[in-house]
Amino acid sequence: MRKNRSVPKSANGRLLGKRILQSYELYLFLLPAVLLLIVFNYMPMYGILIAFKDFKPAAGIMGSSWAGLKYFSRFFSMPMFTVILKNTLVLSFYSLLAGFPLPIILALLLNSTPNDKLKRLVQTITYAPHFISIVIIVGMINIFFSPSTGIVVNIMHTLGFMDGNLELLMNAGSFPHLYVWSGVWQSIGWNSIIYLGALSGVDPALHEAAIVDGASKFQRVMRIDFPSILPTIVILLILNSGSIMNVGFEKAFLMQNSFNLSNSEVINTYVYKIGIKEAQYSLSSAIGLFNSVINFVMIILVNQISRRLGQGSLW
Amino acid sequence: MKTGVKRSHSDLTYDIINVIVLLILFLIVAYPLYFVIIASVSDPKLVTSGRVLFYPKNFNFDGYKEVLNYAPIWSGYRNTIVYTVFYTGVSVMVSLLSGYALGQNRLPGRNFFTAFFIFTMFFSGGLIPTYLLMKDIGLYGNSLIIILMGAVNVNNIIISRTFIKSTVPAELFEAASIDGCSHTGFFFRIVLPVSQALIAVLVLFAAVSQWNSWFNAMIYLKGEEQMPLQMVLRDLIVNQSAVSMASDSAAMGGDAAAQVYLVEAMRYAVIIVSTLPIMCVYPFVQKYFVKGIMIGSVKG
Repeated sequence: MRKNRSVPKSANGRLLGKRILQSYELYLFLLPAVLLLIVFNYMPMYGILIAFKDFKPAAGIMGSSWAGLKYFSRFFSMPMFTVILKNTLVLSFYSLLAGFPLPIILALLLNSTPNDKLKRLVQTITYAPHFISIVIIVGMINIFFSPSTGIVVNIMHTLGFMDGNLELLMNAGSFPHLYVWSGVWQSIGWNSIIYLGALSGVDPALHEAAIVDGASKFQRVMRIDFPSILPTIVILLILNSGSIMNVGFEKAFLMQNSFNLSNSEVINTYVYKIGIKEAQYSLSSAIGLFNSVINFVMIILVNQISRRLGQGSLW
Repeated sequence: MKTGVKRSHSDLTYDIINVIVLLILFLIVAYPLYFVIIASVSDPKLVTSGRVLFYPKNFNFDGYKEVLNYAPIWSGYRNTIVYTVFYTGVSVMVSLLSGYALGQNRLPGRNFFTAFFIFTMFFSGGLIPTYLLMKDIGLYGNSLIIILMGAVNVNNIIISRTFIKSTVPAELFEAASIDGCSHTGFFFRIVLPVSQALIAVLVLFAAVSQWNSWFNAMIYLKGEEQMPLQMVLRDLIVNQSAVSMASDSAAMGGDAAAQVYLVEAMRYAVIIVSTLPIMCVYPFVQKYFVKGIMIGSVKG
């Protein structure tokens, strides 16, 4: 990193002006990104005001009268408040619990497998679902678990585990399991890549020394490989906990049906429903703002934690 | 890990367990994908009654024929290709240009711009204010919104900044500028050619995300003729409108049970047809995955 040479104060202004002029091309480089961010990110932030107003589209944001925190208190006293908060937290904690450790185990297994061909085969296949769209994943869930014609019910019948129809899709209780485990199926391979990258940096001399000392393979995986990716694990765990209130809209929305709504309505899908479908703009903006603020605080928090742990700031 | 030392008993046990676990995982991930393929070319009657499990039976391409005759698929395909090409172009170019500019230590206001970009990663206006604004400024219902919205990916800008900074030393530009080279000339003649790995990764991620996206289309587009492939798919395989479509053609004189089977076959076929382009490219770009993720994880 280059330090600016110290210059006498009087020359400072002129020098800065000159440097700005010299860099006009760089500002032009930044221009498209800045314009797009203003239109799609910063201008909507001004629209957050409608969460504090009785917004009427005809009157505009400025013309609508102030409502104070009316919509926030309405949201907190709605029966839906606890439902969508609970569903959001259940889905994200369950996803974290199931989806976080498995890619680590996969990476450790792949890294220590005796068969290189098997390693490449498993990698190629397990990365692939990451590229399949959510629409197709949800479509596949619906087809496979279809009550009377799906492959799952057919296999169950053949093996004699059950007869009659499979009611998994119509059962609200099974929604979190379907949601989480299909997510694990889709991303276990992809999420293991970063750990494999970290494992490739392990010094082979450590393994050689351990072999000489008579360490078994399992011991080497647990005492050498695992500790050397621990910093990566900690960082990713912190990062993932930062988005604990941010359950993606798309999958929950697509998997919703009239039977599982009590477990599948999360904050984001609810905002869509009452905001865009029912045009309750002020209330839905208030709910959206509530969620954004929590996400923001979480990210700042995890960044502070990461800094304390000596991993540096995340950006 | 291959070693010259003879494998002990416990190592052999470890290897056996390792291989078995990986094989089971391989089957769990691969079988659903394989099943979609064999089901799409088998007699739907056998598929729905569970008699197609390991290999295709009674080859039958009616599902594919039905998909190819379904007009919205084709307009969806065309729209998705257009959106993907333009979105990828805009997004990659913006990332590279901004990444290069932000990597210049001597740029006055560099910290301001970095903060301006990064703040958008953490806070947003949210769905409803964005939706209302798009209606206000007339982008609602305009296909341009699919190309421009989300084209600035701050993560990608940071990745680009890190990559360019570590690949092209600042001294190189100083030397070039003494010879009269401008930032623009330097960017196109030096930076772009040495950033091929970066560009490959950015193109890959941008193209896949646009190919698979449908949310913005659902919120911001109105016309059927603007809809991307994923929206058509959503109607077909998630919203079950295929059933009503089949009953329409059944009313025109088809056998109802046969139509139900046709719908079933069509759902498998449509999954294959829509995923085919990605799966064709997949083997060739696989080597860039690790690179992409590792570039992204290095902080600048």
